[in-house]
Amino acid sequence: MAINWFKYSSPASFYSLSGKMVPIFMWLAVVLLIAGMYVGFFVAPTDFQQGEAYRIIFIHVPAAWMSMFLYLVMAFWAGIGLAFNTRLSSMLATAIAPTGAMFTFLALWTGALWGKPMWGTWWVWDARLTSELILLFLYIGFMSLQAAIDDPRRADKAGAILALVGVVNIPIIYFSVQWWNTLHQGASVSLNQAPAMATTMLTGMLIMVFASWMYSIAVILKRVRVIILERESHTAWVAELRKKEAAR
Amino acid sequence: MIWESWSEFFAMGGYGVYVWGSYIVTFACVIGEVLLISNRRRTLDKHYGLIHDSNKKETDNETTS
Amino acid sequence: MFLWVIKRDLLLAMRRRSDVFTTLFFFVIVVSLFPLSVGPEMNMLRTMAPGVVWVAALLASMLSLGRMFSSDYLDGTLEQMLISPHSLSLLVLGKALAHWLVTGVPLVLMAPILGIQYDLPVEALFVLTISLLLGTPVLSLIGAIGAALTLGLRGGGVLVSLLVLPLYIPVLIFGSGAVEANMAELGYDAHLSLLGAFLLVSLVFAPWATAASLRVSME
Repeated sequence: MAINWFKYSSPASFYSLSGKMVPIFMWLAVVLLIAGMYVGFFVAPTDFQQGEAYRIIFIHVPAAWMSMFLYLVMAFWAGIGLAFNTRLSSMLATAIAPTGAMFTFLALWTGALWGKPMWGTWWVWDARLTSELILLFLYIGFMSLQAAIDDPRRADKAGAILALVGVVNIPIIYFSVQWWNTLHQGASVSLNQAPAMATTMLTGMLIMVFASWMYSIAVILKRVRVIILERESHTAWVAELRKKEAAR
Repeated sequence: MIWESWSEFFAMGGYGVYVWGSYIVTFACVIGEVLLISNRRRTLDKHYGLIHDSNKKETDNETTS
Repeated sequence: MFLWVIKRDLLLAMRRRSDVFTTLFFFVIVVSLFPLSVGPEMNMLRTMAPGVVWVAALLASMLSLGRMFSSDYLDGTLEQMLISPHSLSLLVLGKALAHWLVTGVPLVLMAPILGIQYDLPVEALFVLTISLLLGTPVLSLIGAIGAALTLGLRGGGVLVSLLVLPLYIPVLIFGSGAVEANMAELGYDAHLSLLGAFLLVSLVFAPWATAASLRVSME
């Protein structure tokens, strides 16, 4: 059974396919979110070290993972768009950036709210926190660059180059910050000695990770559909679509 | 059951501000993002609708005149 | 052709000497503002000095990035370069080097004098100069990518800083780290070799990425 995957790389067919997928992923996200919150708040026991404050990790960890992963996915699609000149992959990259930036912000925000009761400070210049902050800057740079360019094709390609340069730099930045941090061991905070987690805590966290995945897919598809309509407004298939919608 | 009462649930063992501060902001961001996209879509549709209407009017005028 | 680009850019810079001095004075003023804002306590100033000088150097070398390609873009030279049979990466490398000679080298020469303001010991002054000597070319090379990406855009100047500053962070960390390590009587060789490694990596990759960005911007 050979499915012609290339069929879906044209914006028109992708538009109709993704239209069916958005509600599915949105519902999956809602169901998983409710399940994850239930496990997180009512099944997982109180942590003997951190009390109830640890319940922040049910959003903090998924947000931090998504923030990093989405940057890689964004750079991947942007790179594909640059290499093969496929419009759809570039639009996907553009659609991923705001969601990635949002998760980065949430990772920082929840991290601060977790750090205050645990370490007694909102912020430490730890390697991970600092790298996450720089990741936020990279997302913002990508979005501002694309926003400043009027021609969508140039915006795609320029964004792709920036995203790829960023990907090359992320390991270097992380390593530099790590090195810098060991030199300036000011606050005696260690993130590395995570105490063993109860299985229910881990389950709750994993469900929340899946929920964030489903949410990200749904939102990104939703956004890419709008971008497709904006960009392809001059084409025959969009006109056809409009006519159909108007007739309904 | 972990929680004896709702008030205990909301207090989160004294960490209520931090826990709920995290969750509320997260939900605000998530819902805000969805609304922003819907809004962007609606603006786009409205824009098209205007073009569509003006086209229609023009053709109507042509037929009547 | 490579030398020709450098020579031409240097000649243009000589004609507009005030631009070079603007950058240099910006550097001097920023560095001199810090003691006025945090107080003249020598011990504190000494610990702050490497960071302050490095951040000021970062900002100063960024100031003139916008001009790296824009004048050539406006008078059509850049278009000629794109269609010329010579390797665009090499031409870009020439332009980045010229940028460094015009903005980076004066900063490197000025840094020891500013270091004296902060009462740095002689050896630290030496390390500061060496670290800037290795680091500022990296700034010009990475900055060229940002300058090429934002070529001809409205608000390009502010945008460049947004794109380029996060990428400067490793250079900043190891550049000022070298001086701090020296003042703490630790070895600074590792910092300097890493700066050298950054320089080599950016010499290889940055012109290539810049050339690709220029092609995108000029389409």
